[in-house]
Amino acid sequence: MSGSNALGGKVWKFGDNINTDLMLPGPWLYRSAEEQAKAVFINNRPEFLREMQPGDVIIGGFNYGMGSSRPAARSLRNAGVGFLLAEALNGLFLRNCVNFGFRAFECPGVSTAFDEGDRAELSIDDWTATNTRTGQTLAVTPIPSMLLEMMLGGGVLPMLEAKGLIARHQAQAG
Amino acid sequence: MPMTITEKILARAGGEATMRPGDLAVVDVETAVLMDMTFLPEGWREVLKLHDPSKVVIAFDHLVPAPTVQAATAHATGRKFAARFGIERLHDVGLDQGIAHAVVADRGYAIPGTVLVNGDSHTCAAGAFNCAARGVGGPDMLYAITMGKAWFRVGETIRYDFTGALRPGVSAKDIFLYIAGTHGAHVNQNVEYGGPGMGTLSMNGRRTLATMGAELSAEFTIFEPDDLLNDYMRQVNPLTVTHPTMPDPDCVYRERRTIDLGTLEPLVALPDAVVNNSVPVGQVEGQHIDQAFVGSCANGTLDDLAVVAHVVKGRRVAKGTRLIVTPGTQTIYLAALKAGYVETITAAGGIVTPATCGACVGGHLGAIGPDEVCLTASTRNFKGRMGDPSARIYMGSPATCAASALTGVITHPGSFFAGDVA
Ligand code: SF4
Repeated sequence: MSGSNALGGKVWKFGDNINTDLMLPGPWLYRSAEEQAKAVFINNRPEFLREMQPGDVIIGGFNYGMGSSRPAARSLRNAGVGFLLAEALNGLFLRNCVNFGFRAFECPGVSTAFDEGDRAELSIDDWTATNTRTGQTLAVTPIPSMLLEMMLGGGVLPMLEAKGLIARHQAQAG
Repeated sequence: MPMTITEKILARAGGEATMRPGDLAVVDVETAVLMDMTFLPEGWREVLKLHDPSKVVIAFDHLVPAPTVQAATAHATGRKFAARFGIERLHDVGLDQGIAHAVVADRGYAIPGTVLVNGDSHTCAAGAFNCAARGVGGPDMLYAITMGKAWFRVGETIRYDFTGALRPGVSAKDIFLYIAGTHGAHVNQNVEYGGPGMGTLSMNGRRTLATMGAELSAEFTIFEPDDLLNDYMRQVNPLTVTHPTMPDPDCVYRERRTIDLGTLEPLVALPDAVVNNSVPVGQVEGQHIDQAFVGSCANGTLDDLAVVAHVVKGRRVAKGTRLIVTPGTQTIYLAALKAGYVETITAAGGIVTPATCGACVGGHLGAIGPDEVCLTASTRNFKGRMGDPSARIYMGSPATCAASALTGVITHPGSFFAGDVA
């Protein structure tokens, strides 16, 4: 793990039960990954994509990412979201975050500790998240190193490639 | 700390003392099952190193015998992969052929107390064998076969205790339709089956019920081990060391629900959704059907074919109605042939197809056309699942499907069974 594990960005706040259809709407399901990344929250917060900066942060409530197994995490990653902290992540969504290399963690108390527009900083080395406006620091729930390695390494396939376990692939989806 | 069955199996496979809801379990995979779809070019990547060929099972199932060039290509990729790494458990087109979950069940590949993964959602079928089995994604399968590991988030467990016994003409499918209709989805939860009535369910009935766990959106669906299971494993896979796993007496369940099997009646799920959608057969009796289908990983067992043969014996499928029956594996097909079921069903006007996913996924051998109505004993009744999106798909038990095929309308199967349940 390198120093790149300290990240920060402007907070975009979302509530409980944010579903995968909001992040990757049905009509985009069979389009390219690039097109999908331009549809994130297009139905509920169309300003998100217009105004967000690379590295910005999503803060969510409970059961973030409920819904189908569609690769919504890949869209957040490709849209440039720096990381996501939620009270609780949906299990299937977490699987996609790991598999597609998108940083998403659980952080109890996060939805009350941050307001829209705050700046959130995350240190994966010491598993903390800080609100730079209030100075409050919260504990981020660590994930096993095996999963962290995949998440930070860009997902499962690049990691297996790097280990020499599967062949490199030019036209890799994603 | 006392644990549920799932928690215990995951703890053991993860080398941890305990496992509780919310934990992430990183576990050793005992069995990794690859079906033909895994080898489609969009998802498959050439494997350079395999963790352990003896832990891999390959079964071609969705598209057998290959109906398209694309399917044939996927099969060729799978064969090459098996040859390269010396994978012995290759279930190719032929006598070994079958739906992966049914092959796993027939051969005793699902080892009690261990972890099994497959890139198909109905992998929970192996829960009938006290095995923690879950469908995962294509990338997860590549991970499992190269690294030997998988990971799961541990969910809370809902425990079902069965009491009593099913009445004649009522089957495991009806138990499922009751649970799905009454309790709905079990998202992020494990389902555990046990209780004094569990022993009255055959291994085949348990297979149906465990398979349908995918439709409850459960994480793991798992049965307690008992003598029936232990005898079965000794019979079909005698050299394997099993780890039958019971729940600890004081383990914590999210909820514990008792079902008196003797009170259940045949049910039907209305079209488009499996959960929260069940009604007694009587409510839809008389609904015209164009096709009845009995098959899939859930209802292609020998018991299912026996029930269909029992109902249609000496009778004729209604004019204008199609009865398609697909055994889960060619082993089951052969057993049904020897038992006379294939002859009985064929003579009644039904079609017994080779073992494949076939009509279940609208792939081949029984797809349904625009505005048609199908009554299916398979896994899913979603819009468009079995063919044209305008078709309507009801779901019922094999008995209800067979009885309805004879009349051409949805029909209560009670009169075909001693001790009429009507
Ligand atoms: S039989 Fe149907 S549900 Fe089962 S694996 Fe095949 S397509 Fe899936």
